[in-house]
Amino acid sequence: MNPRVAITGVGIISSIGNSVEANLSALLNKRPGISRVQNFATTQKDSIWVGEVKLTNAELVDMLGLPHSNNFTRTALLGCYAAKQAVQSAGITLPNDYRTGIISSTSVGGMDYTERYFYRYLDDLSVQPYITSHDAGDSSHKIADYLGIKGFVSTISTACSSAANAIMMGARLVQAGRVDRIIVGGTDALSKFTINGFKTLMILSDEFCKPFDNNRKGLNLGEAAAYLVLESEQVVKKEKKQVLAYLSGYGNANDAFHQTASSDNGEGAYLAMRKALEVAGLSPDEIGYINVHGTATPNNDLSEGRALQRAFGDSVPLFSSTKAFTGHTLAAAAAIEAVYSILSIRNEVVFPNLNFDTPMSEINLVPQTELVYRPIKHVLSNSFGFGGNCSTLIFSQA
Amino acid sequence: MTPQGIWRPSFFEEAVPIDSPITAAIQPSYKALIPPALIRRMSRGIKMGIFAAQQALDEAGVSTPEAIIVGTGLGCSEDSEKFLRTILDNDEQFLTPTSFIQSTHNTVAAQIALRLACQGYNFTYVNRSVSFESGMLDAMLQIHSGEVANVLVGGVDEISDHTYSLLQRIGYIKPDGVNESIKTSQTQGVNYAEGATFFLLSGERTAESYAELVDVHIINSVGEDEITATISGFLQGNGLTSHDIDIAILGINGDKAFDSYYFPVQEQLTNADVLYYKHLIGQYDSCSAFAPAVAATVAKHGAAQPILRWQGRPQRPVKNILLYNQYRGKDHSLLLVRTC
Repeated sequence: MNPRVAITGVGIISSIGNSVEANLSALLNKRPGISRVQNFATTQKDSIWVGEVKLTNAELVDMLGLPHSNNFTRTALLGCYAAKQAVQSAGITLPNDYRTGIISSTSVGGMDYTERYFYRYLDDLSVQPYITSHDAGDSSHKIADYLGIKGFVSTISTACSSAANAIMMGARLVQAGRVDRIIVGGTDALSKFTINGFKTLMILSDEFCKPFDNNRKGLNLGEAAAYLVLESEQVVKKEKKQVLAYLSGYGNANDAFHQTASSDNGEGAYLAMRKALEVAGLSPDEIGYINVHGTATPNNDLSEGRALQRAFGDSVPLFSSTKAFTGHTLAAAAAIEAVYSILSIRNEVVFPNLNFDTPMSEINLVPQTELVYRPIKHVLSNSFGFGGNCSTLIFSQA
Repeated sequence: MTPQGIWRPSFFEEAVPIDSPITAAIQPSYKALIPPALIRRMSRGIKMGIFAAQQALDEAGVSTPEAIIVGTGLGCSEDSEKFLRTILDNDEQFLTPTSFIQSTHNTVAAQIALRLACQGYNFTYVNRSVSFESGMLDAMLQIHSGEVANVLVGGVDEISDHTYSLLQRIGYIKPDGVNESIKTSQTQGVNYAEGATFFLLSGERTAESYAELVDVHIINSVGEDEITATISGFLQGNGLTSHDIDIAILGINGDKAFDSYYFPVQEQLTNADVLYYKHLIGQYDSCSAFAPAVAATVAKHGAAQPILRWQGRPQRPVKNILLYNQYRGKDHSLLLVRTC
């Protein structure tokens, strides 16, 4: 058995709120954050719906107290905002004597600025400071510097499963005694790059997304950032910390089926869920709620549904996708859904799967569409990505 | 896969230091590994990754690894640029998905898994010059904990025209027309390149084993005046002192502003024969993946080839090898390798 990993802080910014409390309130009041794109110009504006954070970059810069002359991308700004909240919520002042690290994740990195200045970079000195903000590691470095973390800093990019893997590696480092504390999560800003990318794959819906519905047309993209503070049992004991929940299980597998599509029987998803249950030492019937990946693409939901049936048989626990609230926030998705999983345990509630009308014709699975209050000991959260990357996390009551 | 061609027994005997600002890796024939239609569609990074991964597996005699971990600083930059150009040049119209599909950072790890039908653990680290080392640490921890018996770990980065020209514009890469090697470097910036280096790490010593990876340490930010203390701490944690290091493989890249990090380390490691390697393979985010290949070769043969030697010190029997790399004073990594 691996040593347990405590979660002692959470921070989040998404289209349904700029704090943990605001996100919880939106979830409990069935208030989605899906709208048209406002923060930047795109010709796709009127044909898609997105989960956009209604704060401009300038507003975020002010809220973070950054100098007006900076080279923070939106991905870094959202990341700093959520990571700072997480550290505050854990009651930590940095720097301190504990070995503290950060593992962030992003899919788009600094693409929001690259697509703005791509050609101008060549001869416009005023925008050139953003050149080094392009790579995926930049936002993690910015967050580390902003928080005052000098030790272990790394970044993961495994498409839409990224943050789950950041959380997983963070847990591994705590368990191996490599760090005392680690901030883990992900951040992704909306960009023309991703909007058009998903558009060419024809998996963007022109309506509000309908996860697990028979008539689902695709996903709504979103932007967000969320981080958890993971701490070792020793630090928790020594500092008498309040533990919000434990990360008790994790599993990672590759579908090895297709670069972008999931296999018909959800093999990768099934393997990831089984591995996570094994690591947690739990049997399937001990899971009280599943926060599914549920992007609302025809391919994902059917494949994931089949994997759920394989992993849980005839008694699939209550499950819902919260992506109809937030949109699919790509690399950040597993991090915001980790926060929702923890909120589910702490508030003894299953969040509803919005916009669902008709069960899928292929399988007999109906998501939870109304709020249900009941004690929940363990939540399983799925995140899958391009490249066959499948990850599952299990959160348990403290 | 390097600007010196592919990994082979005569690699260091045939190697010639590079002296151009940007040098492409010499590409082999991919016909035996990748179907022709895919060879045309795949970027060099994907192909180099597949090739180097297969070479490592072949050397180790392993057909399918239990886990695949890739480190890459810029990811599939060529396809990202291609897709972005089409968006910008055509006002978000007439787009096709291929370059977007291949643009995600995890494409190389995914394509290797797909090719090998490997459903195990699959990760991609993207943190500048510790992208590869993050993967090594992850792999080592999983082998130590007994989760897996072996892991395929590699680093890969590819040249993409616009991105590299921007790095030239801000002085990270030497300007066109400058022809300096690391030893003759006078101007700002360094010589960049591209490449892929893969390893098969295993929990068991086999007849094919080159060396043992003992420990990995990653630190984001450390001052020049703190680096020797950091190294002492790392060695101490592994029961060693600075006098125990027989070979030091340093990431010297000819950048006058930051190579100074390596000077106190050379003084500190009094008995170490100091080696460098970036004069042969160039700088890129995951270039330090080549350092363990140097270490592995030296460990296996008991001595370093002359072309690798930075500072002539009396050579002694090789047991402990320390690898140290940083880029522009950030993302420091220490690896300890031992003969086995």
